Amino acid sequence: MMTRGLRKLLLGTVLSAAIAVAAASASGFKAGVFDPPRAAPDFTLEGSNGQPLQLSHYHGKVVMLAFGYSHCLSVCPITLHTFAQALRQMGAGAADVQVLYVTVDPQRDTPVKLKEFVGSFDPRILGATGTEKQLALVRKDYGVTATRIPDGNSYMYDHSSSIYLIDRAGRIRALMPYGHPPEDFVNDLHILLRE
Amino acid sequence: MRTGTRFVVAIAAASLGALTWAAVEPLHTSSREHIFVIPKGTWARRMAGRKVEILPDHIHLTLGLRDVLVLRNHDDLPQIFGPTLMMPGQSFTLPFDRPAEYQFACTAHASGQMTIVVDPYPGTPVARVMWRARTLLRAL
Repeated sequence: MMTRGLRKLLLGTVLSAAIAVAAASASGFKAGVFDPPRAAPDFTLEGSNGQPLQLSHYHGKVVMLAFGYSHCLSVCPITLHTFAQALRQMGAGAADVQVLYVTVDPQRDTPVKLKEFVGSFDPRILGATGTEKQLALVRKDYGVTATRIPDGNSYMYDHSSSIYLIDRAGRIRALMPYGHPPEDFVNDLHILLRE
Repeated sequence: MRTGTRFVVAIAAASLGALTWAAVEPLHTSSREHIFVIPKGTWARRMAGRKVEILPDHIHLTLGLRDVLVLRNHDDLPQIFGPTLMMPGQSFTLPFDRPAEYQFACTAHASGQMTIVVDPYPGTPVARVMWRARTLLRAL
């Protein structure tokens, strides 16, 4: 027979776990949330579709904004694969979502190269490039870092890997750290799309 | 029983009692949030050449107990704070729901990186004792 003490202990443990789960899901977002949200700084770059790419053009859609480069061997392929999976899981809802991938490596990432790279994950993902100066300004506006590191005869970048979630009104609502599964993006996209 | 022996027995009994309590008493914290604030005037102090460290290189969180990182910018200027750029008066609330080690680029640190270690919920008696001991050590 269970003693009163043991019962109390089990009840306490169950309650703690329940409170933990409830609190974790209180905000609903899996990403970090900004309060108050600020307007996403606008920019116009060169799109991987050969057209000028202006962020404000996507007002009305939810935008996932990431920074990286096509020669990235670790972070970017995983992030883009996650985006592709999230878009597939969104089904028809993905029509109201735009993924933008801004390069930190304009020297190697031409629009054609970016199209080939992002398109290999999902043709709906758009890449963006520009001059060093343009891209540096965009990074500054978003607090994104990108440090060029020599690598033999070549080079690589150490860059921010978090993803900005921008709502339909063009406000930065959340920042998803690298490594979250597609289901977390789908969760947050649904929240933003319902608003 | 000699006085010295009695004393040792009393200490051993008290230690055993404390250990038992630490092992069985359910864990709780007053808040799930681990809050860091950039105070007003931080930018000015940095510009004056003073070293201002607000975020440690490593932040330890525990699922179910303290698993929400909160960053607040109370300064008058935008600041790079941890993984993000924060406007004056803005806060950033980042919940964690998986145990892992998260690396963030952070220019506020000399290493250029900030690590957030999220430990699993201490669900066993041994884990509870360890969690209490670590928490006590960090507080000291």
